[in-house]
Amino acid sequence: MSEPLVTPLVTIDDLHVDFPARTGWQPALRGVSLSLGREKLAIVGESGSGKSVTGRALMRLLPPSARVRAKTLRFDGIDVLNAPERRMRDLRGGRIGLILQDPKYALNPVMTAGQQIAEALRAHQSISRREAAERAVALLEQVQIRDPGRVARAYPHELSGGMGQRVMIAMMLAPGPDLLIADEPTSALYASVQAEILRLLDELVDQRGMALILISHDLPLVSRFCDKVVVMVGGRVVEQLAARDLAQATHPYTRGLLDCLPSLTHPRARLPVLARDPAWFA
Amino acid sequence: MTTRAWLLSDTPASRRQAIWGRRYQGWLALKRNPLAVAGLVIVLLMLAMAAAAPILATHDPGTQNLANRLQPPSAEHWFGTDELGRDVWSRVLFGGRLTLGMVVAVMALVAPVGLILGAVAGYAGGWLDRVLMRVTDVFLAFPRLILALAFVAAMKPGVESAVIAIALTAWPPYARLARAETLLVRNADYIAAVRLTGASGARIVLRHVLPMCLGSLVVRVTLDMSSIILTAAGLGFLGLGAQPPLPEWGTMIATGRRFILEQWWVPLVPGVAIFLVSLAFNLLGDGLRDVLDPKQR
Amino acid sequence: MIAAEALHVRFGAVHAVRGVSFTVAPGESFGLVGESGSGKSTVLRALAGLAPVSDGRLVIDGQDLAQGRDRAFFRKVQMVFQDPYGSLHPRQTIDRILAEPLLVHGLPEARIARALEEVALPPALRYRFPHQLSGGQRQRVAIARALIADPSVLLLDEPTSALDVSVQAEVLNLLADIRAARQLTFILVSHNLPVVAHLCGRIAVMQAGRIVETLDEASLRAGEASHPHTRDLIALSRDLEGA
Repeated sequence: MSEPLVTPLVTIDDLHVDFPARTGWQPALRGVSLSLGREKLAIVGESGSGKSVTGRALMRLLPPSARVRAKTLRFDGIDVLNAPERRMRDLRGGRIGLILQDPKYALNPVMTAGQQIAEALRAHQSISRREAAERAVALLEQVQIRDPGRVARAYPHELSGGMGQRVMIAMMLAPGPDLLIADEPTSALYASVQAEILRLLDELVDQRGMALILISHDLPLVSRFCDKVVVMVGGRVVEQLAARDLAQATHPYTRGLLDCLPSLTHPRARLPVLARDPAWFA
Repeated sequence: MTTRAWLLSDTPASRRQAIWGRRYQGWLALKRNPLAVAGLVIVLLMLAMAAAAPILATHDPGTQNLANRLQPPSAEHWFGTDELGRDVWSRVLFGGRLTLGMVVAVMALVAPVGLILGAVAGYAGGWLDRVLMRVTDVFLAFPRLILALAFVAAMKPGVESAVIAIALTAWPPYARLARAETLLVRNADYIAAVRLTGASGARIVLRHVLPMCLGSLVVRVTLDMSSIILTAAGLGFLGLGAQPPLPEWGTMIATGRRFILEQWWVPLVPGVAIFLVSLAFNLLGDGLRDVLDPKQR
Repeated sequence: MIAAEALHVRFGAVHAVRGVSFTVAPGESFGLVGESGSGKSTVLRALAGLAPVSDGRLVIDGQDLAQGRDRAFFRKVQMVFQDPYGSLHPRQTIDRILAEPLLVHGLPEARIARALEEVALPPALRYRFPHQLSGGQRQRVAIARALIADPSVLLLDEPTSALDVSVQAEVLNLLADIRAARQLTFILVSHNLPVVAHLCGRIAVMQAGRIVETLDEASLRAGEASHPHTRDLIALSRDLEGA
């Protein structure tokens, strides 16, 4: 048995997150464990499974009223649970980027795209305003925007969903992070654009040697772009497997999820319904 | 099961249970906000005191005693006497009836009318909207006090005229508010769904749109309280509102102003009363707005 | 049963629907597929009276809709909206939401309990508020509301797009069951090809405000499409599945 040569970039061991509710504590994560190297991981689950909470816990972006406990919560050796806030601020955006679902809401509506990317650049490096503006345009080109100059001068509401998402990706890539967390990055986009954006993320991550955590509810979609898949339900991880082995998944929830999708090529009169085992949610 | 359990049940079994349960939960939510409770207590206290003025007053508010004028607070006159020797405490009590009464009367007139006009304008759109909004603009263009002056001057000066005049100037912001909320709500899917039942426009506005405007309305009403009191005071000062010797709070401040340095109790006591009432209404309104939105519970 | 002839819908300068024509037979399930901005939802809303018709004709059950829609129309034709979070009045209980069509049409209240049963919602939810229900439950309420006055036509605007995948399967089964039990005519709008193929017998593909192709379910599944846009959509769906 050879020892792993490189320590994983992200190690999460037995993560519990609870939110305050009217009647005590409401558990959101009940002992989540996973690890990630320089690879692409998909966290898949339905609403309420805790997938977004996991991503945010890693960046310590949960509301202060949340209760976070874990045996280990590490990013590149840094203990995220106990790191001082200044350290976390450097991490967030600087070494870990977060892409959110709807660019309409995640981008500042009163700044142009170029200005926002330049701001992201200058937050982590001291460069002149002019240089930041030039680099912003270069970044827009890297995210495959055909007319980067025009887009840099545009405001978010003037951009289509796909473009807005590319701007957000550019903004997050600007400081050169090691890990990118994409929280439902394509759910607000329609099908053909979804595939493009994911392909773009794929390329960028490979080019820069970054790690990617892709959070989504769309199992077939993400499994095509990631190396590993983690399936969550009720705040727990129920299955972890390589993406290429997805068809051989064993957990009833994963199988149920795969089976209940309507298929163009395999019609069925009635769609099998996912049987929800209450044990998953207890 | 106990009444409390019945009210708090997660699965109400009848309309009555659901409605009362909702009200009780609203009350509990309000209780959780200590500032709102403080506001409520103060408001209720002041209303109660105003209602019980004849019992609580130590002297007749109108009796003058020029030999005793401008006396500081003492055992006999709890808040001292004013420039005509009248007991300030009793005057403040009876003045509460006047001031609070005027404010409540104005609100009762203004809020429903402004709300309905604004909601109709917002929902109907087109020429009706334009006409109603231009009428609103006309009223909004004048400074409130000047317009109130004009109305009162045309009528007989007095409390009733003051109430009507203030009401006529206070309604436009509510219409605007209701219209803004209606414009937001109008395009929502749930309104479209109601339209698809074939319901009439009136029914849609009254039963589906108006409830959504209530939250902002409540906040606005409470914020307006102090402004209305001051407008009434302004009118009183100019001799067009509550006529002396009526102990309306605003008038008392206006006439007692000149004593602020030496005999501070004369204008200060009614001033503190106005301050307390306004603050209490604001706190209460804030708490109510949170409670009225079922999602925030 | 339903016919659109050269329908045009304009919103100011935006020409959302450019000359769309189609017919739907009674009891048929007709699908409108396209991407965002293709105009498919606008066609549905024009049928319902929620979008203005700039040109062309809409006929339902022999009645030309240009003459207005009366209460009888709204008993016959109902709609289920896309966003379960937005289609229920946030300040009304489920009971009140379901009672509204009954009050307008003068129907007995007993239908509420029956409607909840039909969409497999537990009666315990009857007096709750929408925000206390899950997305799937809300959409069931929306379906119950649409069915409560016994319509013959159901217009469905992306009814499962906002739902989790497992909930989508349940709702699709429910819709299929209801259609069979009540002999309803469906017009289903969606951007999701497999969903449309699952529920509809005949499908029209829209692009930039026009219908570019109409084909039946079997042809769609077999990939026998003539228009390039349709072929693209089919290829994309297959791509995502066949991985």
